[in-house]
Amino acid sequence: MSRDTALVSADWAEKNLDTPGIVFVEVDEDTSAYDGGHIPGAVKIDWKTDLQDPVRRDFVNQEQFSALLSAKGISNDDTVILYGGNNNWFAAYAFWYFKLYGHESVKLIDGGRKKWELDARVYTKDVPARAATSYEAKAPDLSIRAFRDEVVEAIGVKNLVDVRSPDEFAGRLLAPAHLPQEQSQRAGHIPTAISVPWSKAANEDGTFKSDADLAKIYGDAGLDGSKDTIAYCRIGERSSHTWFVLKELLGQENVKNYDGSWTEYGSLIGVPIALGDEPGKA
Amino acid sequence: MTIPTAAANIAAGCAAPDQSAPLPASVDLQKETVITGRVSTAEGEAVGGAYVRLLDSSGEFTAEVVTSPEGVFRFFAAPGSWTLRALSRFGNGELAVTADRGINDVALSVATA
Repeated sequence: MSRDTALVSADWAEKNLDTPGIVFVEVDEDTSAYDGGHIPGAVKIDWKTDLQDPVRRDFVNQEQFSALLSAKGISNDDTVILYGGNNNWFAAYAFWYFKLYGHESVKLIDGGRKKWELDARVYTKDVPARAATSYEAKAPDLSIRAFRDEVVEAIGVKNLVDVRSPDEFAGRLLAPAHLPQEQSQRAGHIPTAISVPWSKAANEDGTFKSDADLAKIYGDAGLDGSKDTIAYCRIGERSSHTWFVLKELLGQENVKNYDGSWTEYGSLIGVPIALGDEPGKA
Repeated sequence: MTIPTAAANIAAGCAAPDQSAPLPASVDLQKETVITGRVSTAEGEAVGGAYVRLLDSSGEFTAEVVTSPEGVFRFFAAPGSWTLRALSRFGNGELAVTADRGINDVALSVATA
């Protein structure tokens, strides 16, 4: 795994809009962004209605993922190029799904929609017509997905990386600051987690920092390269961004995303919680 | 553009809700610290599609939203010192804000360097 296999530039994307075998996919939570204009030829995936189970709190299973990609006209041997808003949070989340379900070739556009917008590159409102395929997702690769019991057992043992903002980590805010703060779960963080906000990994225009800068950021924050790592945030999409950095850009082994994240952990009965700016004790 | 209902606006996700929609009735202004405003050029033209970030008192990123076609943005923060920073096709801008509980209305202008 490296920058070359996992990331493309906006320039590269623009030059390959019509290349056969490449499918551009915009992933957003608020899909009105796509509807108002998107990269020419890109199909849309709605983070909520396409990627989450409509009833249970879980994401789509193997069959649902196969059906989704078949309907979108994506084949197992296509190279999928993902991008989206929110500094690629949801595109990174989708990237993690594609990996979880064993898609061979998937990459992110560095900087996502934001870089595209700031570069004043062209958008279209035309929705492409792609013939349906028979996509077959593989069995989920659970080596990249963490569940709650594993997270509790990781306290004081593995690297836990909290990628929310410092105020959410400390317990001063319960949600990202563009959302109302009334929430059901308790405030704080998982004891022994280090605080490395996802934004540390990105430049202001949404592109990722250099590998050397990234390695220094996580090293300085206390990430122990000899241990397994679990990243979490509030609902698992910002931590997908950090999972992408650690696993795909820096090539670390054994990095998992805890998609239950704080909305699950902060609602569990009896688990330890740390308050304040320090990681806290196990 | 459809105006989301209050429920959709505060759904489980982390993405920013429609910035020009009215504040959901469920938002309690006795408790919330809302920092809202409009991004415009030096000539006073509204800038839609601008990226506005909220930085905390140490300069650390806290949140980011995209302005509505009318240039409007909105954050739910806490009382204290914040910095707003806007990036757009029409240039960048920055503004220090001291926020109190309730609605804090500000104007943020952008210009090319």
